Amino acid sequence: MKNKEYLKTVKSEMPPSRHVKTMVRAFIVGGLICCIGQGISDLLKLAFPAMDKQVNQQFTVLIIIAVTGILTGFGVYDNIGKFGGAGSIIPITGFANSVVAPAIEFKREGYIFGLCANMFTIAGPVIVFGVVSSIIVGLIYLIIGGV
Amino acid sequence: MINRTIFFTGGVGIADTTTIAGPKEGEGPLAKYFDTILEDDLLGQKSYEKAETKIHIAAIRHMLNKTSMTAKDIDCVFAGDLLDEMIVSSLALREFNIPFIGLYNACASFAEALIVGSSMISGGLMDRVICSTSSHFSTAERQYRFPLELGSQRTPLSQWTVTGAGCTMLEKYQKHKVKITCATLGKVVDYGVKDANDMGAAMLPAAMDTIKTHFRDTQRKPSYYDMIATGDLGDAGGRLLRKLIKEEGIDIDSQHQDCGELIFNREWQDVGQGGSGTACSNIVFNSYIYQQMLEGKIKKLLLVPTGALVSKTASLQGETIPGIAHAICMERV
Repeated sequence: MKNKEYLKTVKSEMPPSRHVKTMVRAFIVGGLICCIGQGISDLLKLAFPAMDKQVNQQFTVLIIIAVTGILTGFGVYDNIGKFGGAGSIIPITGFANSVVAPAIEFKREGYIFGLCANMFTIAGPVIVFGVVSSIIVGLIYLIIGGV
Repeated sequence: MINRTIFFTGGVGIADTTTIAGPKEGEGPLAKYFDTILEDDLLGQKSYEKAETKIHIAAIRHMLNKTSMTAKDIDCVFAGDLLDEMIVSSLALREFNIPFIGLYNACASFAEALIVGSSMISGGLMDRVICSTSSHFSTAERQYRFPLELGSQRTPLSQWTVTGAGCTMLEKYQKHKVKITCATLGKVVDYGVKDANDMGAAMLPAAMDTIKTHFRDTQRKPSYYDMIATGDLGDAGGRLLRKLIKEEGIDIDSQHQDCGELIFNREWQDVGQGGSGTACSNIVFNSYIYQQMLEGKIKKLLLVPTGALVSKTASLQGETIPGIAHAICMERV
């Protein structure tokens, strides 16, 4: 049997991912997280009617991140992730989880070379892409905006 | 040696076995066969790496206690694990005043230990050795995949690294109930599987190659054996092995079982395709299979631990996953 033939057999014989099931779960969990975020924002608006819209948004994000961090610490968020998949990874909660999880894990190697050095092992690429794309968008805006 | 098969004509017997299993393994179908089942897989330690070292030490110590031996009676320990530079075995053997040879073949390390140990005894160079390996779910996850608390989904092809450690004590054959008669050495076989989550597919060609070679070298038929136990191909991998090897004219349907499949209940334990890891074939053999051999339910066994020689660095650099499998034949006397 040749390599290519074998890889083809593996592809056809091994059980595939259950796309429909994972997509439905991701939709539900992702939607729920967004609803909770909206709820927090609305509650903030109720409690502090004078609050600026942008400040409201920032506070909402801060609260969600803090809650995710705590849930990750207590070992709850990984179960949400196991169930929800992309639904729990895409929202900002997924980002918070990806920073807190390695931080917890690598604390055992010490604060400097463990926790600090490894905190962004998963989130690092996201930050790099975020910064780079913001620079590109900024440059485009500079050029087009100047015209 | 005939082609790739060596015969231990000097006589090698299994003196005793010990096993320690993690909490999840202790909930599985083989629970009643394990010597010790842990309640907490962290064992009150600061890290899982330290816990795995403790488990490895405990398995060897338990073996010495069980057989009323001291370190002086053991000529050598052949040990291996998955972590970094085989650090668990090295730290564990720090506790014993016994010569140590570390072995690495990923999840097939246990086979390697048995083969090297048997060779030493059969050749008359040693009288009594211990073969031990360990693995831990949480240390392997971290080394090969993601932090434990990261909310990621496991793919349906993933396997669950077994937490545990086990030892086999080998002696010059006297009146032992089980003896090791021959072994077929595995080659590194790589058919180009890149998915580190599909280790069953990466190891399968190696297992198939070794089993086929074993039958060719020994002129035996699969019916010679009561059980052909692969290490950790998992449910789907095991099924595919039976199918592909049948296409080549070797039917092992009625003898084949996979240790990774035996150790967990896939229905409700959420382990993907089954167990894996250096401890997988080890603790399944040292508990359940060895017991079955003592009771005479399995008289001839071909144990084929399989290893995916995966490295995170090599994978990131685009390398495919090499596989290996060694076959060891054991017989009830």
